[in-house]
Amino acid sequence: MISGYLRQDGRKGIRNVTVVAYLVECAHHVARRIVDKIDDPDVHLIGFPGCYPNAYAKRVMEAIATHPNVGGVVLVSLGCESFDRAGLAETVRASGRPVELLVIQEVGGTAATIAGGLAAVERVRAVAADAPRAAMALDELVIATICGGSDGTSGITANPAVGRAFDRFVAAGATCIFEETGELVGCETIMADRAVTPALGAEIEACVKKAEAYYTIMGFGSFAPGNAEGGLTTQEEKSMGAYSKSGSSPISGIIKPGDVPPAGGLYLLDVVPDGEPRFGFPNISDNAEIVELIACGAHLTLFTTGRGSVVGSAVSPVIKICANPETARRLAADMDINAGRILDNETTLSAVGDEIYDRVIAVASGERSVSEELGHREFILTYKAFEPIGPACLPARATGARS
Amino acid sequence: MTSASQLILLHEDDNVFVVVAPIEIGDILTIGGGTLPAREGITVGHKIARRPLDPGEKVIKYGAPIGSMTAHADTGDWIHMHNMKSDYIAAHSRVAGSDVA
Repeated sequence: MISGYLRQDGRKGIRNVTVVAYLVECAHHVARRIVDKIDDPDVHLIGFPGCYPNAYAKRVMEAIATHPNVGGVVLVSLGCESFDRAGLAETVRASGRPVELLVIQEVGGTAATIAGGLAAVERVRAVAADAPRAAMALDELVIATICGGSDGTSGITANPAVGRAFDRFVAAGATCIFEETGELVGCETIMADRAVTPALGAEIEACVKKAEAYYTIMGFGSFAPGNAEGGLTTQEEKSMGAYSKSGSSPISGIIKPGDVPPAGGLYLLDVVPDGEPRFGFPNISDNAEIVELIACGAHLTLFTTGRGSVVGSAVSPVIKICANPETARRLAADMDINAGRILDNETTLSAVGDEIYDRVIAVASGERSVSEELGHREFILTYKAFEPIGPACLPARATGARS
Repeated sequence: MTSASQLILLHEDDNVFVVVAPIEIGDILTIGGGTLPAREGITVGHKIARRPLDPGEKVIKYGAPIGSMTAHADTGDWIHMHNMKSDYIAAHSRVAGSDVA
């Protein structure tokens, strides 16, 4: 049984992280120095670099600052940026978490704010340490998946193995989230057939079409040169491999960044902005997607890689599953699970799926993932624009299920 | 090496194999009951033709179309950006802004 940290909203966390958040790039250095000086595996740096207001960034910051893995928050503002610091602080306070706000221009500059921030973190951590513990069932767990640095082995080993683990978790009542509609271009029809309602199926097709149109305007698919060097030739080939992470459960809904799924099941996170492209690429690198998955409540993320990504994340642990046996040998110390052994005929997809399942339970129970041990706590948040999801996107909510 | 350990067929409808162990020039590949020597070295994760493929023909992997041929390939040939392309969005290489497909 997992022992979670019980939050006031009833959700439970698998970590009790204190986040230090900069609210504009101009406050980044001060916030980073505070975190570096404390040098604690459970004090993490997050932030938003922009000076202009953005509803999406505010929503994601609010979702992450009140994520069940977060026990307390210290906000670092320069002072003149447009981020609604008072609103964010109030949201955190209303969630029952300790929060402190430092404004560099008011505190008196860099050194004074670092000193004040160190004291603030200690006060916040002291309160957060008293978070009540409670048994956490599988149907309270939110598990995300992403692939990064994919190659021709990803879709054969690690991705379908995650799909097997997802099938077990969904059957146990857990919430599973897969994403990146730009990497599902070419899979829209088969994916729509798995939707729990025909109207949701139509929404799935529409959101992949949106992704295709968006990426076409950007001039690039979600396809990096390393993908090609690893044997993938086209976007739709990469998509078919990525899609296998979703397993074979029915798709219960579509969510957008910041939406927490209303009940257990398998959900597709639509990460591609709505409307005319305004701010550039949907997600400039893998961690931007991980941040959005965490904003949807993900307690941990299953990250599959063929070429060998080494990233982790702030707030929610990342579990690394290596698809390629050669990469697994070269980057062995960065991987939790070597799914490449499937190609060496040393194990099977089902067995690796079970290994992933067991690893999720262990990490949810407090064991540190490899990227956590290595100190990876990447975080990136940029400008985006979304419309709310349509009524057909969450059939369970429409019929009055747990919300 | 034998082809049994170097190539896998992901779906019976596929017209390409996936390379799962490195292929060296001259390795004997067993495809469709016949054998032929590999014409080039091919690394893990890449694809080779299961049968002759003509320009315009769909490339099938996982039992699904993953793009179209842009040039002819013989059985055993490496299939990649030099002879196939996306039917959706062009791929790109490390040279900024260039569309390879």
